[in-house]
Formats: sequence, structure tokens, C-alpha cells
Amino acid sequence: MKVNIDINVHHVTRTEGHGNIHIKIKNGKLIKSQWEVVETPRFFEVMLKGMSYEMAHLLTARICGICSIGHALASLRATEDAFDIKIPEAAGNLRLLSKHGETLQSHFLHLFFLAAPDFFNVGSVIPLIDTNRDIVDMALRLKKCANDMCDILAGRTTHPTSFCVGGMSKAPKKKALKKIKKELLDRAVDAQKTIDLFKSIKIPEFERKTEFVSLKGEKNYPWIGGDLISTDGIIKQESCYLDMTNEYVVDFSTSKFAKLSRESLAVGALARINNNYNFLDPRAKQVAEELNLKPVNYNPYMNNIAQLVECVHIINESVKMIDELLDKPLDNICAKFKVTAGEGISAVEVPRGILYHHYQINNSGKITKANCVIPTTQNNANIHHDMSELVKQEVKNGKSDTEITKMAEMLVRSYDPCISCSVH
Amino acid sequence: MEYLGIKIEKPKVAFFEFTCCEGCQLQISNKEDTLIDLLSLVEVVNFREISSDQKDNYDIAFIEGAISRQDQIDKIKKIRKNARLLISLGTCACSGGVNSLINRHCSEDAVAEVYGEYKKETLPVKSAKEVVKIDLEIPGCPINKDEFENIVVHLITGADFSFLKYSVCVECKQNLNHCLLDENKICLGPITRAGCDAPCPGGKLACYGCRGPADEHNWPALKQTLIEKGFTLEDIHEKVSFFNMLTEVTDNES
Repeated sequence: MKVNIDINVHHVTRTEGHGNIHIKIKNGKLIKSQWEVVETPRFFEVMLKGMSYEMAHLLTARICGICSIGHALASLRATEDAFDIKIPEAAGNLRLLSKHGETLQSHFLHLFFLAAPDFFNVGSVIPLIDTNRDIVDMALRLKKCANDMCDILAGRTTHPTSFCVGGMSKAPKKKALKKIKKELLDRAVDAQKTIDLFKSIKIPEFERKTEFVSLKGEKNYPWIGGDLISTDGIIKQESCYLDMTNEYVVDFSTSKFAKLSRESLAVGALARINNNYNFLDPRAKQVAEELNLKPVNYNPYMNNIAQLVECVHIINESVKMIDELLDKPLDNICAKFKVTAGEGISAVEVPRGILYHHYQINNSGKITKANCVIPTTQNNANIHHDMSELVKQEVKNGKSDTEITKMAEMLVRSYDPCISCSVH
Repeated sequence: MEYLGIKIEKPKVAFFEFTCCEGCQLQISNKEDTLIDLLSLVEVVNFREISSDQKDNYDIAFIEGAISRQDQIDKIKKIRKNARLLISLGTCACSGGVNSLINRHCSEDAVAEVYGEYKKETLPVKSAKEVVKIDLEIPGCPINKDEFENIVVHLITGADFSFLKYSVCVECKQNLNHCLLDENKICLGPITRAGCDAPCPGGKLACYGCRGPADEHNWPALKQTLIEKGFTLEDIHEKVSFFNMLTEVTDNES
């Protein structure tokens, strides 16, 4: 039996940002298995110091090209918490709908452009244009629908332009809301075909018990604000996020690691569903069942399926939310407020998991201290420990270097890491 | 491949990213209506973010992001050697973008604040052109995907391309937006290069000049207007320096 393996993947492809994989097995014994984030540090928390409060969401949106709406919303909520602002209900609905658009575009981008090539045994989506044109066209239609939704609601998918402290700076026209609703309903066939496609895909078999952390649903599947929950039974208030994240630095990574009750924790679509399955839309629940996703699921590769289930949930919830908004006046979308010294904390579920922004602001509205805890940072330790267990399992199964490399890369991709974010 | 009966070589293109949010490359994938046609014009040989197939035999390299560590300097020099045409994609590559804001702080203090006792390597943020020769800069935070496609099609078909000379203010007026200067906001639309279709003022967010100065602009007059409206030099500086794209017109002034 071959027992010496040396794997070094420099800059894993089809992920946002730069990370490396190092695996070394000698005489059948695991010597090293390391998930190493090598992205350049970016220091956004330091840049925020001294900045005016109204610029914070514009700067922090630039932490991430994919989830800039999520960052902007977490930032705004932290500022609004510091100033004790209650945003108008319609503004809250428009913000959540914007975020739904972002989650859809992010999940579809990941499922079709980043993850799917592994299941088709190709290097990228490009060869699929010739071999599976129907799937590529379908992916583009779904992604376009999501991006159009963001453009209409947030002004732009990447680095939104319609948000401001207090609510929204601009509301979409009702005609535009109707257009989004129609596009979402028109995509029902594509959504069903995507479900069928993922039913035909074999998700790798692997499990490692871990702790899943997300927002805690009260009446609905949670997206913005509220208590924090873990599958190990820990519940904390949003303001106690530091107790839920426990970030620490390791010498081999420019992104921090995090833990809670165990050596690692996981956030993201799978964590949200593991904690809030009962709040899923009935159709989304049905899809979860058809795709063998039941809580608590400990297979990290199932995060792909969890993202798809969330897409179904979001499409249905968005249509309902638009119907409600169409019956309401959209003229009161921004609260008046006074700039006062204060401290604000915000937790928002962004595509890759729970995101925290925390600011201290002085009397002149300048930020004096900032902390952001990123989903991928919270997942790093979990990826790292999953990889060790996975390698042990696959060596036992007699897999080759090439097969183990592919499984390890797919493992990293299944978390849909946002590495540029994680070194903010 | 032919265009108007003229045979066109399909160039090999590559995409690389440095210190940035990777949002500019995302804009290309967000061009869903014409993405497949656009891809048929080129052969993508290196695009790590979406493809595992990677080669170094490219004609055109697009780079996104600022330069802020030694390994990035080495990498961009290597890319420069390989590429016939090197194009900066987005504001971070053009000027360092928002990343440049960290240059106001001491890097050792920044590392200590984020990583505590652990040492992490970093350098003051530079634009790509401060490190290697750049053949073309496509500005924007993020880039405008229509403008990007237009430039690429012009490049490949050998047609001339020029950026719009006038300011975002003109596009904003064409879109019938209410003027944000009249709403007492510091809007830099009057001095910033058009080509984005004014999405920020369209959302009632002021323009902070991510595309750099227009050919035709009058910064002293805009600055005077802002001062008359009661803004302090500190307020104005925060906005004009946000993307680090307007220093050539504002540096001697503010």
C-alpha cells in the first residue's frame, strides 16, 4: 500500500482570494495537513479609524466584491445601533430584498461557476459552453435575474448606491418591483432544473462533527440581526458576538481562525439550515428532503446543497415580500437622526455566513474603533480540521494523490470561501 | 474569426488579482447577456478565480488590485514580461483605490492592531503603474461592465477607443437625476470622468471620483462652491481622497 503523499496546492483555483493547501503523509501517517490563507492583509479596521460615519458603509462594502451589499448593511446597522436609530419598516424590507438578490447571485455564481466544474470534471465553466450549453444558459439566466434584482433595489450589485444611514437613499419604482417579481417567477423552471441537476450529482461522502453558528430565527428564517445560536446549544445576544467568535492568529495564515465550544466552528448556508431548518419555506424544506439534507448535517460538501435550498427559500420569500411592498407607500424610507457618541454592533447573515461589524463613534461622528468578523475567518479552522480528517479517510480508502488533491480542493470550495474578505 | 471580412487573431487573455475585493473581475461574469459572445472573441488561458486551467502564454493580461507586498511586486513583473498588453482593471490597480487609505497609518502599527504580536508582511500600497509599465487603465470601483466590453471589442478588432472626455455630471443630468450639490452633498460628479452612467448619484449617493478626473473640469470652482456651502476643507478632503483618483487635480489645491 502506497503511503507517502506530498500535496502542495499553490493558490487554490475557483475561489475568491488566495489560499494554499499543504498535505504530507509519510509511511501512512499524517504529518501535516494545512489550510493556509496567503492573501495580502488589507487593514480596513485601521482605515476606518478617524473616518466619518457616513463613509463607513462605502468603505467596508469594498471589503468584498461579491457580498458588498451584506457588508454595507452590517456596517449601516452597526452605525444605526450606535446612534440608536430605528429605520422605517419599508426601508428594512427593501434592504432585506437587496440582500436576497445578493445571496442569490452569490450562491448561483458559486454553484455553477465555482463548484459545478468539479462535478463535470472540467477546469472551468468555459468548456461547458460547448458541451452543456443549456446548463450555462440556465446559470446565466438565474444569475442575471439575481443581479437585476440587486441593481434595481441597491442601485448596483457590487458596491451598492441606494443605502444610507437611517434607511434607504432611494426606493425602487413599483414598476421595477413588479419586474423583479416577474423575473423571479419566470425563473421557476430554471430553478427546478437546477434542483434536478444537483440531484444527479454525487456529493462526496465525508462527515466531521463540528459546531454550526448562525443567527437564531424567532418567527422567520433569520438574515439581519437577532440572537446568535450554535448547534452545541449556545445562545448569545448579538452584542456578545466576541464570545461567539473567539478569533485567534496562527502563524501560517494572514486570515484569523475562530472557535467556540470545540476546536473549530462553521458558518454559512449549512449552518443556517442546521440551526433554522423549521423556518424554511415549505417548498425549500421539500427540496432539502429530496436532496437528503436534514439537520444536523455534518458533511461540509452539503453546503452546496444548502445554498441551493436557500435559493429556493429566497425566491419564494422575495416574491411574497414584493407583494407586500406593492401594497405599501414607499415614501418613508429614511429615519431622521442625531449624531451622538456611541457604540454599535451588528450581525448579518451574508452568503458565506454570519458577519459582524462593531464600531465606536465619537461626538463628531468619527469612528474611533472598528472590528469586523468575517464568515470565512470563522470557517478557516473548520476547513483546516476537516482537511486532516478527510485526508485520513481518503488514505484509508486507498485514494491517489490526484484524487486526494481534488477532494481537498472541493472541500475548500464547498465553503465558498471569500478570502479577500477574510483578510480585510 | 472574422469581423467585417477582416481576419482577426483570437488573443490569449489572462486575469490576475492583487490587493482588492475582486469585484471588477466579477463585473465581467455579471455581463450575462453577452458573456458567451465576449468569451468567443478571446481565449482565456489564465483566470484563477473561475478556472483551474492555467497557462502563462497570454497576449493580454488584465490585473485587478493594488500592490502591497513583495511577492506581488515579483508577480506583476513576471506578468509584465509575459504580456504584450498589460491592462489595469479598476480603481485599485489604477491608483491603489481605497487601499491607499492605509498609507496614512504606520504599517507596523496597523499590523500590530490587527494581528497583535504576530508579524505579517506588508508594504505601503502602490498602484500597478508605480511598479511596472501599464498600457491601458480602465478605472472604476467597480469597473463599468459595458465600458469594459466596449474597450475589449475595440482592442481586439483593432478599432480606436477613447474614454469619454466629459464629466459624470453630464451623464447624471442626462439621467434626469436631482442634483446632489443642490441637496447639500459633496458630489464630485462635476470633475469626474463619465462612462459609468452615474450609478451613485442615481441612488442619491454622491460621486467620490472613482474614475479619476474628466478632461474638462474646473476643480477650483467646485471647491469654491463647496466652501460657500459651508463644508470644511477636512470634509472635502475626505471625499476627494477616498479613491485616490483625483490627486492630480486636487493635490495643489486642498
